[in-house]
Amino acid sequence: MSLQVVTANRLEDGLVVFLTSDGNWSENINDARIADGKEAADALLAEASAPELDIVIVGPYLIDVEQQGADIVPTKYREVLRTKGPSVREDLGYQAV
Amino acid sequence: MYRYDDFDRQLVHERTEQFREQVKRRLAGDITEEQFRPLRLMNGVYLQLHAYMLRVAVPYGTLRADQLRQLGMIARVYDKGYGHFTTRQNIQYNWPKLDEIPDALLDLAKVEMHAIQTSGNCIRNTTTDQYAGAAADEIEDPRPYCELIRQWSTFHPEFTYLPRKFKIAVTGSPNDRAAVKVHDIGLRMHQNDAGETGFEVMVGGGLGRTPFVGKTIREFIGKNDLFSYLEAILRVYNRFGRRDNKYKARIKILVHEEGIDKIRELVEEEWAQIKDGSLRVDDAEIAHYIEQFAPPAFETLSDDDADFERHKSENRRFANWVRSNVIEHKQPGYAIANVSLKPIGGIPGDATDTQMELVADLSEKYSFGDVRVTHEQNLVLPHVKKADLFAVWSELDKADLGTANLGYVTDIISCPGLDYCALATARSIPLSQRISERFGDLDRQHDIGELKIKISGCINACGHHHVGHIGILGLDKRGKEFYQITLGGDASQDASIGKIAGAGFSEAEVVDAIESLVTKYIDIRESGERFIDTYRRVGMDPFKEVLYGDR
Ligand code: SF4
Repeated sequence: MSLQVVTANRLEDGLVVFLTSDGNWSENINDARIADGKEAADALLAEASAPELDIVIVGPYLIDVEQQGADIVPTKYREVLRTKGPSVREDLGYQAV
Repeated sequence: MYRYDDFDRQLVHERTEQFREQVKRRLAGDITEEQFRPLRLMNGVYLQLHAYMLRVAVPYGTLRADQLRQLGMIARVYDKGYGHFTTRQNIQYNWPKLDEIPDALLDLAKVEMHAIQTSGNCIRNTTTDQYAGAAADEIEDPRPYCELIRQWSTFHPEFTYLPRKFKIAVTGSPNDRAAVKVHDIGLRMHQNDAGETGFEVMVGGGLGRTPFVGKTIREFIGKNDLFSYLEAILRVYNRFGRRDNKYKARIKILVHEEGIDKIRELVEEEWAQIKDGSLRVDDAEIAHYIEQFAPPAFETLSDDDADFERHKSENRRFANWVRSNVIEHKQPGYAIANVSLKPIGGIPGDATDTQMELVADLSEKYSFGDVRVTHEQNLVLPHVKKADLFAVWSELDKADLGTANLGYVTDIISCPGLDYCALATARSIPLSQRISERFGDLDRQHDIGELKIKISGCINACGHHHVGHIGILGLDKRGKEFYQITLGGDASQDASIGKIAGAGFSEAEVVDAIESLVTKYIDIRESGERFIDTYRRVGMDPFKEVLYGDR
């Protein structure tokens, strides 16, 4: 079983966002819609790549995640950093809030 | 200092307004990201891990006080209160919002700054010796030539779409502080047998995934002929440089594949056609640019200052700072003061808005309003009276800018790495912080002496790891960060590319590995040897031994 979500950067400010269940984009990965398996993942990415979203987000792509209790956590460290902010500036990015 | 003329001003202004329109159209959906991306890149706007990044050019690393003050203001208003000085002598902002960037560019334009030539496959911002115009060992100030290169290369219609980016560096001193041998073109000023001043031209140096030390294509080119000669090189590159493979598109690959003799032949052939044309710059024009960089109004002073000596003997921390951070000036009674952006455990190259403003103020008060950015990610006040050094240091020290570590093991170059950069394979800043803390004790740093550690977060080598005495490259091994160590690199006039020591180290192991290398060096060094000297004498094996034993 492989779980994936779609992430991108928001056009306006470049901040990291995730595709949610209701088709919106959230700054919180826990709001993300999870695709279980390849087929669901492809569908999710296709939805995120719709031309009309080109004025909302930039560069959507799939990332692998794990469900850890109530939290969705990326498996790659790069993506963990994107959900938090720079590890060297814990006062900045989403981790600061 | 060089001031924009009306042409420059208009150019930058038009460019800013043009970009404002482009951003507006992008946000309105009139152009797609695919169409917009090259446009934003041409204006220094990248999309990084967490946000957009704006890279601002600091042509040849020279800033006026009002410019640095404005950079501080921009950090506060458009960013999160800081900026990052890079190995390209530029500054990067990590959090600007796309719709605010045109305003930021307008504020930059007000102080004659911009983000042109900081991205794209053009001739990038020229870099040079941070001590230009101040160094005791320089033949001539290289900046007039850098400015001429800037004017020749900015929006050069023929060279806007080169096979790949193109970087030129210039040194006016035999002691190369601008790493000219690892640039696409490196220019080293020297005098020929007839006593004329000109340049040795080196070509095909570079770092990245295929590092090379540049090769001499011409031992001497006179000043008047420099620009036609550069044009000839660029034409040959533009014509024969590989466009089929991004990784083989830099001129270093062309030089490597064709051989320097063949490239020289082609360049000389091309040059013969154009050398007497409009690119020949006459003495009067050169003199005009030299005039723009005329030395400030130095006072006639004795080189010894009693107060300065007294402060040194009374204040050990000040004396330590002078020992490492203050460099001899060509004008008696003056000195070059280096402002370290490498506090122990800090982020290399980062400066806050208020730190930038403070350095701007100090430069105005004590250094003729002149500030430099170094490719080693520090700042410089190039013309400080020795009598004023104590006052300068006291102010710097209060703002955490008085670290006495220039050239030491804690003066580490580090690229942003995975903490910010979308291309990174591993983090580099936290590693630099841990090394800095490990070796933070100043007595220990004095004992170790000059040691250049350079860290990159991926193979692109923005952190110059190939030319670190100890280089560290962060990689990704099955989802985990690991670090490859290279030894024996050197960015100076004795440039060399470091050799990989062996298998990489985990994040947990790598600082100990570095320490074992340093300990070995201390064990086996001969009197007066720096780390790099010892390495050159004994070679890789003794160091490999401490890293890997029988492994
Ligand atoms: S070396 Fe790699 S990780 Fe570091 S700044 Fe350059 S591209 Fe980014």
